[in-house]
Amino acid sequence: MSQAKVPVWVNVGLIPLFNIMLALLASALVFLAIGENPIEAAGYLLYGAFGYDEGIGYTLYYATNLIFTGLAVSVAFKAGLFNIGGEGQAYIGGLGVGLVCLWFDSSLPLLLIAPLAIIGGALFGAAWAYIPAYLQARRGSHIVITTIMFNFIASSLMVYLMVNWLKQEGLMSPISRTFEESAWLPYLHDLLAPLGIDMGDSPLNLAFILALLCCVFYWALVWHTRWGYQLRTVGTNPTAAQYAGIDNAKVTIWVMLISGALAGLVGVNEIMGVNHSLLLNFTAGYGFAGIAVALMGRNHPVGIILAAMLFGALYQGGGELAFEIPTITPEIVVVIQGLVILFSGALENMFKGKIEAFFLRRAAA
Amino acid sequence: MFETLILILDATLRVSTPLILAALAGLFSERSGIVDIGLEGKLLGGAFAAAAAAAVFGSAWIGLLFAIAASVSLALIHGFACITHRGDHIVSGVAINTIVAGLTVTLGLDWFSQGGQTPALTGAARFTPITLPFADQVAEVPVLGLIYSELLSGHNILVYVAFLMVPLTYWVVFKTRFGLRLRAVGENPHAVDTAGISVAWVRYRAVILCGVLCGIAGAYLSTAHNAGFLKDMSAGKGYMALAALIFGKWRPVPVLLACLLFGFLDAVAVRLQGVSLPVIGEVPVQAIEVLPYVLTVLLLAGFIGKAVGPKAIGKPYVKERA
Repeated sequence: MSQAKVPVWVNVGLIPLFNIMLALLASALVFLAIGENPIEAAGYLLYGAFGYDEGIGYTLYYATNLIFTGLAVSVAFKAGLFNIGGEGQAYIGGLGVGLVCLWFDSSLPLLLIAPLAIIGGALFGAAWAYIPAYLQARRGSHIVITTIMFNFIASSLMVYLMVNWLKQEGLMSPISRTFEESAWLPYLHDLLAPLGIDMGDSPLNLAFILALLCCVFYWALVWHTRWGYQLRTVGTNPTAAQYAGIDNAKVTIWVMLISGALAGLVGVNEIMGVNHSLLLNFTAGYGFAGIAVALMGRNHPVGIILAAMLFGALYQGGGELAFEIPTITPEIVVVIQGLVILFSGALENMFKGKIEAFFLRRAAA
Repeated sequence: MFETLILILDATLRVSTPLILAALAGLFSERSGIVDIGLEGKLLGGAFAAAAAAAVFGSAWIGLLFAIAASVSLALIHGFACITHRGDHIVSGVAINTIVAGLTVTLGLDWFSQGGQTPALTGAARFTPITLPFADQVAEVPVLGLIYSELLSGHNILVYVAFLMVPLTYWVVFKTRFGLRLRAVGENPHAVDTAGISVAWVRYRAVILCGVLCGIAGAYLSTAHNAGFLKDMSAGKGYMALAALIFGKWRPVPVLLACLLFGFLDAVAVRLQGVSLPVIGEVPVQAIEVLPYVLTVLLLAGFIGKAVGPKAIGKPYVKERA
C-alpha cells in the first residue's frame, strides 16, 4: 500500500479542475437565484469574450493586467509569502509609468520612453513592496497585514498627488494632462493592420507581449536559476533552507521586490497603453484578482496565462452579459472570481483526500 | 472652540461604532486562532442584508436579525474552510470579501432594480436617535450640559450596544470558562485537546460570535448611520477594524481606544478639509486619513511598542492520531 502513489495528473490536473467545476457550479446557482438561465448567460459571456475580433482584443487586454498581478502573487507564494498588496503596488507602479511619460513625452521617442516607463513602473512597484518586505524580513511584522495597510496608504497617496500636484489645470476631475503620442504604447490592431490581420478596435497593446515575456522570465527565474532554487526552498521548508545556508530574510526581500515590480507593470498596460494619462483607481481590483489567477493557475506561468485568459474573458463577457440582460450587473463576475478563490484556494482540500484515496485504492487493487 | 470639540467627539463616537463592533468580532475570531481578513466582507454582507430586510419588512430590528444571519453564514463558510478543511485563513477571507462585494450588488439589482442600491429607508426601518432622559432640560447647563445632551445623548441604540460590548467582551474573554478555552485554543490547541475539549467546536463558536458582532456592525452602517445600502459601503472599515485589533494588541479595552483614535482621526479629517491651521498651514486630508494605517505598520514593526498575536494564529489544528 505504501508503494502506491497518486498519479501526477490527478494532483496537477484532475483535482484543480474538479475545484474549478465546483466554483462554476456554485456560480450557476447564483444565476439561478436571480432567475437567469446560467447556460444562456454562459453563451452571452462566451460570445462577448471570444465571439468577435474586438471582444477577443478586450479579453486579452484584461488578461494582460491579470497576468502581471497573477505572476506577482504567484512568485511570492513560491517563497511562502502572501502578497495581498498587488493592488497598491500596481497603483504606485502606474504612478512611476505616468511620471516617466509626463517628463519625457515631448523630448524622447517612443523607443526610449517605453523601456524607461517599464523600468519606472517596475521600480515604483518594487519600492512599494520593499517596505513591507523589509519589515517582514528584519522586524518580523506580518506581511499580509502590512501589505493591506500599504494598499490604503497607496490609495491616499495617489489621491493627494493627483489632486494637489498632477491634476491638469482647469479640470474638475483629478486627471493629468494627456501624454503626447510619442508616449503611447502602440495598439496591436494598429501594428497588425499592415499585415492584413483585422483585430477590431480594442485597447489591446504591446503590454500584452511584455506580459508574455514576464511569464518566460518567471519560468526561467523560478526553475532554472540558483536563485529560484533558493526561493523554492524557502517556500517549501524555511528551516531546511536556513540549515542549507540560505539567507531567508534576503530571499524574502528579493522575492517581494520582484513581486512588486511585476504588479507595477499593470501601469504600463493601463497608463501608457490605454488611458494615456495618469488618473485615479485605474487598478480596479486587478491586484486582488491576481490572487484568484495565481491560485487557479497553480503558480505556473502556463496555468497563469490560462487563468488570466479565463478571468479576462469573464471581465469582457460580463460587460456583454450586462448589456444583453439588463437585470445582471458586471459585478457578477466578481462573485465568480470570489467563488474560484474559495473553491480552488480555501477549500482545495475538501475533496482532495477523497479523490486521492480513490486513486490509491485503485492503484493498490 | 469647546462646542467644536464636542461636535468632533460626537462624530468620533458615530464613526467608531462599526469599528468597535467589527474589531471585537475579530478579537473573538483571532483569539481562537482564526485569522479574519473577512471582517470587511461580513460587514458589507451584514449591511446589505439589514437594508434589504428593513426595506421589505419595514423594521430595522428585522433588518438586524437578517444582518446577523447573513454575517454568521459567512463566518461559518470561513470556519468550514479554515477549521474543518484546514484551508488557508487569508485565502478564505479574501474569497469571502470578493464574493460579498459582487453578490451584494448582483442581488441588490435583481431585488430592487436600483442599480445595486436598496430603497431609501425611513421611519421604523431605521434605528433612530435616542434622547437620554433630561437631555433637553440640562442642555443649558455649562460644559456638563453640553457633554450630556450632545455627546452622550442622541445616538441610536447600536452605538450604545457597541460600547457595552467592550466590557462584555472583556468579561467573556477573561472571566469565563469559555473565554479561557478560547484563549487557550489560540495559544496552544494541543493542550486544549489534551484536556478533552474539542478545538474545532471552540473555534466554531468563536467565528459565530465574530459573525454576530459583524452583523450588528453591518446593520449599523446601512440602517442607522446611513439610510440604505450603497455599493461597497463598508469602504475598508473592516480592514481598519483589523488594524485597530492589532493596534489594540488583541485586548478589548486597548482595541476600544484604538477604534476611538481611528474614529477621531476620521472625524478630524472631515473637519479639517480646506482649513488652514496656525503654524503648520493646511494639512492635507489624506495625511490624516492615512494615519491609522501608518500607525499600525509602525506598531507591527515594533517602532512603537510591540504587537504579539495569539501564538497558534493562522495554523490549522491537526489532531494527532496513533
